Amino acid sequence: MVEKYKRQYGSGIEAQTYLGQNYFTVDRSLIPDFLRLLRDEEQFDYCVDLTAAHYPKREKQFDAIWILYSFPRNERIRVKTQIADGESLPSSFPLWPTTDWLEREVYDMFGIKFTGHPDMKRILLPDGWKGHPLRKDYDILKQDTEWVQINLGIESGQ
Amino acid sequence: MNDEKTLDPKMIASKPLDPKTIAERVPGTAGSSLTRPNAASSNLDLDAPDKPYLDSNELIINMGPQHPATHGVLRVILKLDGEKVLGTECVIGYLHRGIEKIAENRTYTMFNPYVDRMDYCAAVSNGLGYCEAVEKLMNVEAPPRAQYIRVILTELQRIASHQLWLGTHALDIGAMTPLFYTFRDREEILKIFEKYCGARLTTHAFRIGGCQYEIYPGFEKDVKNFLTFVAPKIDEYETLLTTNRIWLERTKNVGVISGKDAIALGVTGPVLRASGVKWDIRKAVPYANYSKFDFEIPVGSNGDTYDRYLVRMAEMRQSLRIVEQAINGIPEGPIMAKVPKVIKPPVGEIYHSIEAPKGELGFFIVSDGSTQPYRLRVRPPSFVNLQALDLMVRGALVADVVAVIGTFDIVLGEVDR
Repeated sequence: MVEKYKRQYGSGIEAQTYLGQNYFTVDRSLIPDFLRLLRDEEQFDYCVDLTAAHYPKREKQFDAIWILYSFPRNERIRVKTQIADGESLPSSFPLWPTTDWLEREVYDMFGIKFTGHPDMKRILLPDGWKGHPLRKDYDILKQDTEWVQINLGIESGQ
Repeated sequence: MNDEKTLDPKMIASKPLDPKTIAERVPGTAGSSLTRPNAASSNLDLDAPDKPYLDSNELIINMGPQHPATHGVLRVILKLDGEKVLGTECVIGYLHRGIEKIAENRTYTMFNPYVDRMDYCAAVSNGLGYCEAVEKLMNVEAPPRAQYIRVILTELQRIASHQLWLGTHALDIGAMTPLFYTFRDREEILKIFEKYCGARLTTHAFRIGGCQYEIYPGFEKDVKNFLTFVAPKIDEYETLLTTNRIWLERTKNVGVISGKDAIALGVTGPVLRASGVKWDIRKAVPYANYSKFDFEIPVGSNGDTYDRYLVRMAEMRQSLRIVEQAINGIPEGPIMAKVPKVIKPPVGEIYHSIEAPKGELGFFIVSDGSTQPYRLRVRPPSFVNLQALDLMVRGALVADVVAVIGTFDIVLGEVDR
């Protein structure tokens, strides 16, 4: 499977294994095609999780990670891609409807937008909140003081 | 008032749902009956222009966040036509504590008790998932004796979690007796936990690398007594409900979800199995030492609330089987693997998941080689399962929404983290 896609896409895809877990590092531009191929051709029919990680020192600051599982093959893989701050990703909602809330959570926590998502808004934090808490430059004690004062009528949420 | 109210609830529930299926909108998912709200905007068209005159048919009401049947602080906005549900939208986050952010600011050891506070009805299972994920990242394995203790406590926790679910779910639907029965019997499990590690609910029973505590004298006797005590009690719950006419009317054909839709929506655990998909991580990707035990995966066929009830009842009996095999085979030996005092996993990423009572509980950890996780992501079963609520209650009655929320067995601590 790895060989096949390497031939097809060349250097845009790298396959690695760490502690027995396989993952692909894929170029951002190949993501929509590659995810569709994984679902349709390789039977990865269940999207376990979608998440991200922030590396502020890198030029492309974010890693987006899809964890996929295939019921027929009983196999789990991860797909990883790097994107810059402000860049958006195509929504995987048409492929796996389960990514609906997962994408909203990534947007809420990291500020990565997904184009084509039916309802891209915050999920865990209130709608008017400013900032994305799981970015590394967001301190653990930081909060949207303005929101807290207006909506809760208290000086600070701490 | 509207005519729908006088109809038999079963008829409404079994009516075909919204014809706008996902198969029409999305190529490649043909055959799926997954219905979705209008994709272009919010589920409910809350901003739609007002009707010229008071429309007595459509009504938007709020259920929660203080509604007792939502099992915590879940808020569901319901769009109703009389008593019939046209659409729902979940508003969550009321219990958000930023567990993932806290993890980045704590060491691996310090974060261990925090995971108990996610799914507080099954704290032991959370602890097992987290400890195993970090162990995998460090490439160590807990010794066999610790594995056995872990399996026994985790399976007891599964029974306790299902008992709590049964009691509250039946209470939501209107049966009060099961609540007293199940809480009476769950108490015996909590007593074992208390004797083992001092805590009843948020136990922090396991440590990275094994277990902190040796089993106490009389542990085996206590567990064996519990096994003989609880087996007839599970039959007793069934005499109350399984053939009860009111229970059947309220659960059969309510909240139906097909196996295909369940997979597409990422639903796991008993909800997936009740839809006929025979998939359990304990068998599919065995962790701890589950491969040593003989047990079956109960599956349902209709994917309705009643089948999910039957699946969970059968799962409790299977858990008893596992505990019985494990308690008779605890090997001698150490209970802690050789792990350094300061836990510093090598640079790398790992995803590890376990079959928690609610479904697939996964931990994705990115390590940068320091004492703190660089990024820790929890894949919560309740959060992902709850997404299916909208599909399952469309066309049903308001009272069925309560039944369906109960049947998911959600814990808001885990939904919001």
